Amino acid sequence: MSLLEVESLSVSYDDVAVVNAVSFKVRRGESVGIVGESGSGKSQTALALLGLLPANATMSGSVRFDGEELANAGARQLNSVRGRRIGIVFQDPMQALNPYLRVGKQLRQILLQHNLARGAEADTKVVAMLRRVGLPDPEAQFRAYPHELSGGMRQRVMLASALICEPDLLIADEPTTALDVTVQAQILDLLEELRDDTALLLITHDLGIVAGRCERLLVFQEGVLIESGATTSVFSSPENPHTKKLLAATLRTDRGDIAEPVTGATVLGVDNASVSYRDSTRDRLVAVTDVSLTLRKGETLAIVGESGSGKSSLVRALLGLIPMQRGKVVYAGELLEGPVLSRAASKRRDLQLVFQDPASALNPSMRVAAIVGEPLLANSPALSVKSRSDRVIAMLNKVSLDENILRRFPHQLSGGQAQRVAIARALILEPKILICDEAVAALDGTVRKQVLQLLRDIQRETGLSIIFISHDLGVVRAISHRVAVMYLGRLVEVAATASLFSSPSHPYTRALLDASPVPDPRVTPIAAPLKGETPSPLAPPSGCVFHPRCSYVESECSRRSPELRTISNTRVACHRAGNITLAR
Amino acid sequence: MKASAAILLMILLIAIVGPWISPHAYQATNFDAILQAPTAAGMRWFGTDDLGRDLFVRTMLGIRVTLLVAIVASLVSLVIGVSYGAIAGYVGGRVDAVMMRFVDTLYALPFIFFVILLMVVFERNFLLIFVAIGAINWLDMARIVRGQTLSLRERDFIDAARLSGVSTARIIFRHIAPNLLGIVLVYVTLTIPQAILVESFLSFLGLGVQEPQTSLGALVDAGVNQMEGASWMLLIPATLLAVILLAFNFLGDALRDHFDARQSR
Repeated sequence: MSLLEVESLSVSYDDVAVVNAVSFKVRRGESVGIVGESGSGKSQTALALLGLLPANATMSGSVRFDGEELANAGARQLNSVRGRRIGIVFQDPMQALNPYLRVGKQLRQILLQHNLARGAEADTKVVAMLRRVGLPDPEAQFRAYPHELSGGMRQRVMLASALICEPDLLIADEPTTALDVTVQAQILDLLEELRDDTALLLITHDLGIVAGRCERLLVFQEGVLIESGATTSVFSSPENPHTKKLLAATLRTDRGDIAEPVTGATVLGVDNASVSYRDSTRDRLVAVTDVSLTLRKGETLAIVGESGSGKSSLVRALLGLIPMQRGKVVYAGELLEGPVLSRAASKRRDLQLVFQDPASALNPSMRVAAIVGEPLLANSPALSVKSRSDRVIAMLNKVSLDENILRRFPHQLSGGQAQRVAIARALILEPKILICDEAVAALDGTVRKQVLQLLRDIQRETGLSIIFISHDLGVVRAISHRVAVMYLGRLVEVAATASLFSSPSHPYTRALLDASPVPDPRVTPIAAPLKGETPSPLAPPSGCVFHPRCSYVESECSRRSPELRTISNTRVACHRAGNITLAR
Repeated sequence: MKASAAILLMILLIAIVGPWISPHAYQATNFDAILQAPTAAGMRWFGTDDLGRDLFVRTMLGIRVTLLVAIVASLVSLVIGVSYGAIAGYVGGRVDAVMMRFVDTLYALPFIFFVILLMVVFERNFLLIFVAIGAINWLDMARIVRGQTLSLRERDFIDAARLSGVSTARIIFRHIAPNLLGIVLVYVTLTIPQAILVESFLSFLGLGVQEPQTSLGALVDAGVNQMEGASWMLLIPATLLAVILLAFNFLGDALRDHFDARQSR
């Protein structure tokens, strides 16, 4: 008998079906991945299994867990199963943990609730569990509040709370989506290591995560289970056209064409830029330290780094959205300085920005026509209404949007449409430099591929230079000519894309490459290459800021900060560069 | 929401049309018919007061005055509060600090004392009631709007506007203000009953509208004096006042739920 049997499960809101007659089974100890794009109903399925749907949802069908019917079961029956026999890990640990309770107490409550242990025995069990999930100094962390832990540590605590009752099934809904790629690798390893014979239902949008870690795959599209089978066979011979599309849209870090380097004139130079903030406690947070970069005409320069690397601060400072404490920005032979509104209009309009989240980047109270037309209104007020609207329509057509969306509001657009509108707004002033800040990170795989193609096409037509900020190396490989890697506000490596991916020069670059999941079940995932997490920029380590996490560290590294130096066309900041082999 | 909106519209309609249907004038006294109980005979639907004036017409007039004061005062507080709060929130820094300390200072003034002072200095004046009520209500509005603006200012579309060279004034009035609409609308429907209460309170104390004009508060005041002999003089305006207040409060709550739901979606 299977551990979990789901039969014709349907979920609907106000007669709109979000999950449609889904049936599948999970055997004991098996690992099953549920993949699909946003809105495919994968999370709703998980919530339905657990009886966690909101009150305005209706659910039908059968969910049998170890022979027991859970569909529409009472709270008492569900509570005896949830947490005890089915563990749950959600995407955002900060929302799933109670901010007012110490970590140890929250875990102990689970044991008390299910009568598994009490008193000192429960405390011992909790500390042992915290140790198993790799929390340093678990006795001390037992008394920590969730906000005192880093994102990765919080997700470890979530994992501990899901596994402390030794459940038969673990449901993980996008467990690593909010984490940096090197931390994601750690959590995925930990999940694999700890679960023993607990069955795993792993829900994700990222095919790279399930490829090496799940035995079977369920592919969802618009609430329907369109394909299921062994992971290897789904990847090698997908049957459903949508599955084929999903697989074709994956971007790999280990293969695929790389654009040749560009040899145009330099259009933008950043020289020794430093950016710092004062936080509420009056500590000085240095976000960017002495970064120098150049950008050529028609070139795409990718800036790669994890959260806290200072990549967004750097571009915001060069655009004049936040102050730059030191250093200078030279554009077309002239100095760019001061806040954006004080800069000459002719210079300001040449640098435009596309944001990560189109939902936040478009004014919800303005229609598409007004959003895209506004830069024209501000810069060429003499333009007639007719010619302005002509140019807006031409711009929308250029980003493959139909003019029938002119009258729509942003909330009436899909994610891909909204991001195209944002790109149209940025391009309508015909800038020379487009800065994309994680511009495709919020998009589904298939849409992401289209938007990347759009950027490439526009670049080919107009000779646009692009600075492309991303944490996703698959995307970087697909779009960039050159890559700059940042860590804790410093540049650690700048190299042509091809050489960076084949033979990285900095240990951190190599670690990023190794930690990026490969959407191919034939490639065994590499064990998490880095321990720990990025230190706080409020207290950066001495010497080379990467040395506490580096596996090539020597005594020199903690004493002296390495300069960027050029070794065979690559700029790298590492004392040991040239002496260590990092090629893949 | 629909029910409260319908009740409010109906009351407003009767208040406008009612006095035309009735043959009586609001200020006409009739000492042959003082303190008559409500009756259909002679179209004395709400009875008469101690001067023989028709209470139906006077009550309708009172509703008009009360709603007018409340709505105008709320609009005044809306315009001042939104502009003030949005500017303080968007510009930030020292300007924000100075502007908000001014608000704090006004908050610290005892309101009734302030109103009585106004009355003493400027004599009793219908316009002063608007000023007095508006003067306290815009403070709340400015604080709420400033808080919202602080969070809107961090949104990416503001940066996008700055990058395309949109002026600060246009950012405030085109990008910030329209996105405050939801919360402001909710807050206005909640300040209207507040203003009604304040007006009634002032009229009840004799600081509000003057005879022969009247308002719901003044009618309740008159009703209290005749409570023992002529209970209708108190009950009718008091009930109407309560119904109007409740309807506005329900409407405001429903609007807030509506906008909250849209924001979380």
